[in-house]
Amino acid sequence: MITPAAIVAVASSAALVILGLALILTVWRVVAGPTLPDRILALDMLTGVAIGFIAVIAVKTGFSLYIDIAISLGLVGFLATVAFARFVLSRGNIKSPPSATAAKGGGNKRRAGGKTR
Amino acid sequence: MMDYLVAAITAALLIAGAFFTLAAAIGLVRLPDLYMRMHSASKAGTVGSGLLLLAAGLYSQDLAILARAIAGFVFFLLTAPVSAHLLARAAHHSGYDLAALSVRDDMPDR
Repeated sequence: MITPAAIVAVASSAALVILGLALILTVWRVVAGPTLPDRILALDMLTGVAIGFIAVIAVKTGFSLYIDIAISLGLVGFLATVAFARFVLSRGNIKSPPSATAAKGGGNKRRAGGKTR
Repeated sequence: MMDYLVAAITAALLIAGAFFTLAAAIGLVRLPDLYMRMHSASKAGTVGSGLLLLAAGLYSQDLAILARAIAGFVFFLLTAPVSAHLLARAAHHSGYDLAALSVRDDMPDR
């Protein structure tokens, strides 16, 4: 006989594995992301993954106070992203992002399009 | 019987939220541009963590905790577009270009 607790235990273990995969991919973007806004976006996403982890742990342990921790982590993550965006804005115009030739090609194309319009 | 129903819905929400988060992470890695990555991170990522939070609220079978989880989900739904829009505007304003395969840019040049 399958008990309800067994169903939830299997599902939460699977969710932990999938979230771990998502965490690895997001950390890869934080490390490799060519520009600063890419890294800021990946850090924002990392906060979302951490909230998901906390919620799954709340289900797994049955300790529902974790939900409050997740909500406050979301608040802090939102404030951090807003502060980073203000930082990017206050750093001023950066005309040569350190990324490869792809971004540069896009820039030239866009500038050319802007002239004809 | 009620326990089985709650357990099944919780399990479905857990798996769905985890897959939404994984889809957001895959989009974050695979998409070519900041402005395209923003789609996956701020839409699928928000829904993923919100569904997981909803699962945690539902599994407690307590109305106060479920209300708190729903309030958290609504809070994430309200703040994710604000922060994404702010970051995109800041990045576009400070000169981070679109990817080469973008066809048009409706914002005027600085």
